[in-house]
Amino acid sequence: LKPFWVKFCGPALRASSRAPPRAAPPRPLARVPGPGDAMARAGPDRYGKLGDQAFGKMEKVNSDLLALTYGSLVTQLLRDVEDVDAVNAQLEKMGYNIGLRVVDEFLAKSGAGPCQDFRDTCEVLAKVGLRMFLGVAADVVMWNRELTACSLVFPDNPLADYVELPQHLSNRLWYSNLLCGVVRGALEQLQLRVECSFQKDTLNGDEHNMIRVELKEVMREDYGEDD
Amino acid sequence: NDCPVYEADLSGQGVRDDSPHLDEFVLNAALDIVDDIVWTTTAMHLRHVDKFNEFNVSAYCTAGHTRFMLVHKTRHDNAQAIRSFFNELHDLYIKAVMSPFCTPDARIESPAFDQRVKASAK
Repeated sequence: LKPFWVKFCGPALRASSRAPPRAAPPRPLARVPGPGDAMARAGPDRYGKLGDQAFGKMEKVNSDLLALTYGSLVTQLLRDVEDVDAVNAQLEKMGYNIGLRVVDEFLAKSGAGPCQDFRDTCEVLAKVGLRMFLGVAADVVMWNRELTACSLVFPDNPLADYVELPQHLSNRLWYSNLLCGVVRGALEQLQLRVECSFQKDTLNGDEHNMIRVELKEVMREDYGEDD
Repeated sequence: NDCPVYEADLSGQGVRDDSPHLDEFVLNAALDIVDDIVWTTTAMHLRHVDKFNEFNVSAYCTAGHTRFMLVHKTRHDNAQAIRSFFNELHDLYIKAVMSPFCTPDARIESPAFDQRVKASAK
């Protein structure tokens, strides 16, 4: 039980808000790709380091405070809205509103450049965005063949510290559904319409958390009529 | 409010030769004594507070006045083991109570808590 006491008395500090923002739509390559490899990308460490730097610049808040606040938010929602699916939807909507706003902060503070394609986008999302706002970086795995859908996998979720789901909610409530909304909102500000949902959650007994991100449409900029 | 938040029977062997609810009676009787002793000391360990026939009651009171009471027979009386058991119990209790789904004064339903308590009980 030693590690628990350490955590309880001196919790790790994490950033204040969360959301993984995205970068601008594709632009012609400025640098020469690797020899003979049309799909060359930056080494996996580049975004990792960028993420750590951005994390360092963010103002920190006590992770216990964040976890307990989020916990009381979820339980209050459950008391107000009895239906579990409605609670999931409500959490996602709240996350969506957060995402819309947080993407600007991300673009200002992260120093990430424009992304070449959706694959880069998800990498930046997982390594820089999530790290900046949530404190943990995710791995991007399980790409589909057209490269329009992927899974973000992260082993621990600071929002779900100390949480134990009661029996009747296990496998019905997606406790951290706020994060899905945040991803959706942030990407929508960058003209990418995605659908985001939890596939696995450590609170349900799985070994890690997994969010599935699927690109539905790259929205065209719609400039209204100028009168 | 003196409702039990959690209770467990930690005796390993099967047969109990006393009447089934005797330990509950003993515990509840000891509660009053504990309430008096709590104000006399700043330590959390209250150690041995009461004796009923051959049962001894040890107690531990947390900062929030949540009382842990242990009924045991004299021959198992081992102060150090009881002390460390109460410490572990306190840690487990804090962890269980931090969950947003656990309201204060409600019974602790979590089976994981149950399991860990039984595992740490000698």
